[in-house]
Amino acid sequence: MSETLPISGTMRLIARHAASAVWLARYIERIDNVARMLDVTKTFTHDDSDWLSILRINGDATDFLKRYPEVSHDNVARFYLLDADNPSSVQAAIAAAKENARTLRAVISTEMWLQINVFHSRIRALSTADLAPDRMSAVCAMLKEGAQAHVGISEGTFYRDQCWHFTMIGRYLERADQTTRLLDTRFNALVPPVGAGDADIDAGKWHALLRAAGGYHAYRREHPHGYRPVEVAGFLVANTAFPRSVALNLSQIEWHLTQLRLRYHLRGGARALERLDNLCASLTYEGVGDFVARGLSPFLDWVQREIAALHDDVIQGLCGG
Amino acid sequence: MAPTVLTQTQSQTQPPPADRSCVLQGYDPDGFFCEMMRRGQPPHPGLELLRSRLAQFPIETLRRRAVDAERDLLERGITFTVYSDATAIDRILPFDLIPRVITAPEWQQIETGVIQRVRALNMFLHDIYHAGKILADRIIPRELVQGNGAYCETMVGFEVPHNTYVHICGTDIIRDETGRFMVLEDNARTPSGVSYVVENRHMTQRVLSDLMAGMKVRGVDEYGLRLHKALVEISPPAVQDPQVVLLSPGIFNSAYFEHVFLAREMGVPLVEGQDLVVENHRVFMRTTAGLAPVHTIYRRLNDDALDPDVFNPDSMLGVRGLIEAWRRGNVAIANAVGTGVADDKAVYAYMPRIIRYYLAEDPILPNVETHICAEPDALAYTLDHLPELVVKPVAESGGYGLIIGPHATRAQLDDFRARLIANPSNYISQPTLKLSVCPTLTDDGVAPRHVDLRPFAVTGRDTWVLPGGLTRVALRAGTLVVNSSQGGGTKDTWVLA
Repeated sequence: MSETLPISGTMRLIARHAASAVWLARYIERIDNVARMLDVTKTFTHDDSDWLSILRINGDATDFLKRYPEVSHDNVARFYLLDADNPSSVQAAIAAAKENARTLRAVISTEMWLQINVFHSRIRALSTADLAPDRMSAVCAMLKEGAQAHVGISEGTFYRDQCWHFTMIGRYLERADQTTRLLDTRFNALVPPVGAGDADIDAGKWHALLRAAGGYHAYRREHPHGYRPVEVAGFLVANTAFPRSVALNLSQIEWHLTQLRLRYHLRGGARALERLDNLCASLTYEGVGDFVARGLSPFLDWVQREIAALHDDVIQGLCGG
Repeated sequence: MAPTVLTQTQSQTQPPPADRSCVLQGYDPDGFFCEMMRRGQPPHPGLELLRSRLAQFPIETLRRRAVDAERDLLERGITFTVYSDATAIDRILPFDLIPRVITAPEWQQIETGVIQRVRALNMFLHDIYHAGKILADRIIPRELVQGNGAYCETMVGFEVPHNTYVHICGTDIIRDETGRFMVLEDNARTPSGVSYVVENRHMTQRVLSDLMAGMKVRGVDEYGLRLHKALVEISPPAVQDPQVVLLSPGIFNSAYFEHVFLAREMGVPLVEGQDLVVENHRVFMRTTAGLAPVHTIYRRLNDDALDPDVFNPDSMLGVRGLIEAWRRGNVAIANAVGTGVADDKAVYAYMPRIIRYYLAEDPILPNVETHICAEPDALAYTLDHLPELVVKPVAESGGYGLIIGPHATRAQLDDFRARLIANPSNYISQPTLKLSVCPTLTDDGVAPRHVDLRPFAVTGRDTWVLPGGLTRVALRAGTLVVNSSQGGGTKDTWVLA
């Protein structure tokens, strides 16, 4: 005697919840990025221009200079770790993540909620004492670990329903965006003037850039012979194995959008998929090489704008606007 | 809903016990009925076992576990959220680890009593929104019902599935010094607290499993299934696989945790008003795949917020056109609109008569003795015994303008007497109650604290009562107020098989 089992994938997802899932993942990922950037800057750099570059990565320099007298380790660390009025701070990010998690609480796993809740209290408990140079690494490690614990717990406990797909889309959108920002702010300052030889490459700074992206060792394995600007850019943009490369993240988004179409018959993702196709076609090693020769910045600006538009396509097309 | 009886002569405070003492050492419930000690009752094997375990349980161990439990509740976010100055503060409802026990025969009385009461409430609501026989027969004054703020004109002549209006009912029950159960209040609108019943049990299993081992305690995990079943039973009959949703005011509501809990336990979407839309008198939810039909709404919004077309036009929380969709039978709403008239303080006084009128049975659970001052004998009694009684206005605005005889001054009593004589039908009176107590962990060791009980009844076609209930405990010595806002906590409630 056989019984008809219900087909999985019939469960509906409230459109507003889908938007919350995208945002939840983005905010958590942002915490990871801020921590990695602060950590690397503190460890591998020694002048204040590097602190300014963090502000530029996030488009925060103007806002920062309105409220802080000078760009220094202390001030930038305070701005990102303690300042809840700064929307790019970990305080703002975890508060927003928790509000979204609260909205999704009946959908996400209890383990995910518990971890975000505890992570939230930890971040809220950060104080001026944690800004001290000798505390920074430990604080950044806590932040990265918290964000990564979220990723791991989601992997192990989150039911693979629609909401999971939207969470993953949010995570990959944020990663792709952060990588383009990182590359954009650092790249031009690092490229030696035309005609300079390999000896003029500032290895330390390239090293820091790859560390900030979490890709130093992978890059070494791929390119054991030093640093070539076009290879670094290609690695961060077009590599199909590095988990934070723009191309890899966009291809993951494509997979999730396709799943949402196939398994849940969501029709609203067409625009997003079209944009992705177009975008991915440009993100090859060859393509990046051309852009490096012509000036990488305008290209990366375009990629960033496309990623933002992709986010909007997902929210408007699938999450009820 | 706040319990309405607010007074108690200060009980003797216990001397602080020595550090290494055990839970029941030196515990003295004084003149109150104690749910744990049960002086004067025949021995009960389950209770004996529990008492003997508690008698050897060091208070310091209990204290340590209480700290663990508190942290656990916070981390799990089993909280109510207080929003102030744009910051969200998660507070836990204090949880006292020492359980409150209800024996099988006691539960039998509570269960049958609650079922009887819910039946009577539903029959009463059907009657007052249809023929109004109980009004014509002058069992209860017409003015009290039709002039009531919660009476809903929209409901007149409207049929609800299975004649069930009160799908979820929370009945507040107390015990007096003799151990007699009495109903203090009915909560027939959107009673809350059931999530704590289940979460408290899980907490006990996590931090106090050694106390529970081998005890035959009835489970409470069935609630979500039973609730879902009832909500399916009331859905429009033509629908094959009805979509149930839980409608919440949103994350800013203090009971939001419970809404999450219930949605999760039922496996249904947790929605807000903005997620629902009415088209052609049918209700839909906005999903990633477009509009999807909704057939039953368990709403945790008040009546007046439900539909701006019918009730408060300024409410942003509800769904425009919902009531008309409901009236046309395209969607079911639990609880029904207009049930508040049945749990009103004034109507409460008539509940024993309401039960007898519809069911021709005596109430299995009596009311607290209540004198309806509109009636001459009751007024005379109240005036004669004013210093011993609690006198409350029956008007909707609860708690305002009541007098607690034993705590009032001569002048206050005289003043009140004049007001009572001027408008007797505005008042009811009740004796000052001696609520039962439970051993409870306090800063000064384990001491007796007053408790009440709110069992939850779920009704679709039939009524089912969750074997357990929310035991609220007044954590401050002497006080009878068990509300969470006033320092009240909760206990796990063990119904023994």
